[in-house]
Amino acid sequence: MLEIKNLVVQIEDNRILNGLNLTVKDGEVAAIMGPNGSGKSTLSYVIAGKEDYEVLDGEILLDGHNLLEMEPDERAAAGVFLAFQYPLEIPGVGTMTFLKACLNAQRRARGEGEISTPDFIRAVNAAADRLEINKEMLKRALNVGFSGGEKKRMEILQMALLSPKFCVLDETDSGLDIDALRIVSEGVNALRAEGRSFLVITHYQRLLNHIVPDTVHVMSKGQIVKTGGKELALELEASGYAEYRTSEAA
Amino acid sequence: MAEIANLRSPAEAGLSKLFESARRSFAAEEAISREEAFRFFEATGLPSRRVEAFKYTDLRAAIAEAAPPAEAPSLDAAKAAVGVARGFAGIEAARLTFVNGHLVRELSDLDRIPEGVTVVPMGEALAKGDAALKRLAPVEQARENPVYQLNTAFLADGALITVAPGVKPQTPVHLRFVGTGETPFSTATRVLVQLGADAEFSLLESHEGPNGVTIQPNDALDVVVGERAAFRHTRLNIEGDATIALSTLSLKLETEASVETVNLVTGAVLSRHQIYVHIAGDDTNVVVNGAAMLRAGQLADSTLLADHAAVGGVGREQFKTVIDGDATGVFQGKIIVRQVAQKTDGKMKSDCLLLTDEGQMMNKPELEIFADDVACGHGATCGAPDEDLLFYLMARGLPRAAAQSLLVQAFVGESVEAVTHEGARAALIGEIEAWLKARG
Repeated sequence: MLEIKNLVVQIEDNRILNGLNLTVKDGEVAAIMGPNGSGKSTLSYVIAGKEDYEVLDGEILLDGHNLLEMEPDERAAAGVFLAFQYPLEIPGVGTMTFLKACLNAQRRARGEGEISTPDFIRAVNAAADRLEINKEMLKRALNVGFSGGEKKRMEILQMALLSPKFCVLDETDSGLDIDALRIVSEGVNALRAEGRSFLVITHYQRLLNHIVPDTVHVMSKGQIVKTGGKELALELEASGYAEYRTSEAA
Repeated sequence: MAEIANLRSPAEAGLSKLFESARRSFAAEEAISREEAFRFFEATGLPSRRVEAFKYTDLRAAIAEAAPPAEAPSLDAAKAAVGVARGFAGIEAARLTFVNGHLVRELSDLDRIPEGVTVVPMGEALAKGDAALKRLAPVEQARENPVYQLNTAFLADGALITVAPGVKPQTPVHLRFVGTGETPFSTATRVLVQLGADAEFSLLESHEGPNGVTIQPNDALDVVVGERAAFRHTRLNIEGDATIALSTLSLKLETEASVETVNLVTGAVLSRHQIYVHIAGDDTNVVVNGAAMLRAGQLADSTLLADHAAVGGVGREQFKTVIDGDATGVFQGKIIVRQVAQKTDGKMKSDCLLLTDEGQMMNKPELEIFADDVACGHGATCGAPDEDLLFYLMARGLPRAAAQSLLVQAFVGESVEAVTHEGARAALIGEIEAWLKARG
């Protein structure tokens, strides 16, 4: 599914990713944990195609296609979805207008026809019900005046609606209370399927109690420094990131 | 002492000549003082950048030649022009159609004016010296404006619209101004709207004409809003690309009156919309919004003066300008709060979205506050579309151009959302979408 080879990235002369290698298999849920500043969010932005980052070397292949040669919208149409750590508020853009525009843009890019309005509304309502999203929110401008938890749920709603192949969740647990964490996690779990993989970026093990990963990677100083099963997350929770910080300093 | 006179520009000399030849037909009128108005104008001349209020919109430089006042068009010509007019076309309304600044009765709904509303064509009003003419020019500051005075001097047509007390017509009246022709001409129309106490009235106003012709409209709308009455006004400027469009809106509000006026500009090479608001009664509510979407070569000026002379007036003024190419946007807004106008609550904002590096925006917000218990604020912003927002939209699959269009639409939409009349709001949104589509 996703293969990252020797990825080297910098921003304003600051090297953030240092030859990162990572493989996420079809249907796999991979978690990336690591201390602050290890490059986790940068990795998520570079996969989605944010312009601020300079890729000096490497490849990101999604089903063999190099994402680095695509614009962010082309990556989305190819099946990449980034659930933002801080979803943006867009005053004046109605949530439903936004959702429909995105869905149809992706469908057009893939050579599919536009979705009919009844089908669209059904799909949105089903996803909203699952995520316990109040329908009134859908009538408002995108994310404007939403709480942190509501914004995160809206991200998962978009994910459900757009049916991506490869989902990157960038610290989706940040700012969530226990109930919201459960709702969001259940929303993600409902989307786990063959042909869809996840890269879950988090600081804390607690999210991984809800979204149980197949693999856990530890990232430090722009590289994957350790890979293991879900038990690795528990080890990290117990021992902290000190070991990795020390190895950075060494 | 030697007398120093400014050299008159060819356009100013032309206007004097045109006034001399036109005055013969004005001679019998006593209701309006054209002579006085023209003398006022002559003393100031076409305002240049040396005049503070016209610093960014130099009419002396922009108007090279004074275009002659338009003759009334033939009915066939009028019909052809109106046939292709699109401003508020699909909306059910009683229409007053002005072609080249002349009321065309055959293309107007004078027999379908809503009950409780009376419309007297300006020609008739002037001929019989209608008493209502005394209520023209209800805002003092407008009378000190050379553009407005020029309108008075050359006033050719228009209407007096009176809404009886308590009347709330369901259908709006549409002032449809259409230009047609291949050679330059000028127009000067004046419409006076008077709302009786407790009346509610919606007015649509559209201005359009052919591309490539230097048409010089100078139109004025005077409005007196009676006690507890509500006036709603949606204006659309989709003039041709060589038109120099000058307009003045004067509003006087009595006690507890409310006004909503929203103006969208996408047309004209140069436009200046002047809004004068006189808050004469207590506890009024005013919304003045404007939006301009400009392409290369265009200049749009919105100039606002809100004069609070009574207690408890609430004012919300929001202007949005989108600038493409090397276009120029101008916003000048001044809120005056007089000593008596305690508890005034005024907020004025002008935001500009620059789509290129070549465009420019001139923002001049001002507050003059003489009362001590007021809440007034103003702000102005200017910037390029937010890259983070663009990335967010693109990461969801929208191509860059579509993402930018959505952001532009959202940006302008905020000022248009204030329009209460659903059809009028949809028409403005349609124009915004058309602008974006044409931009590609």
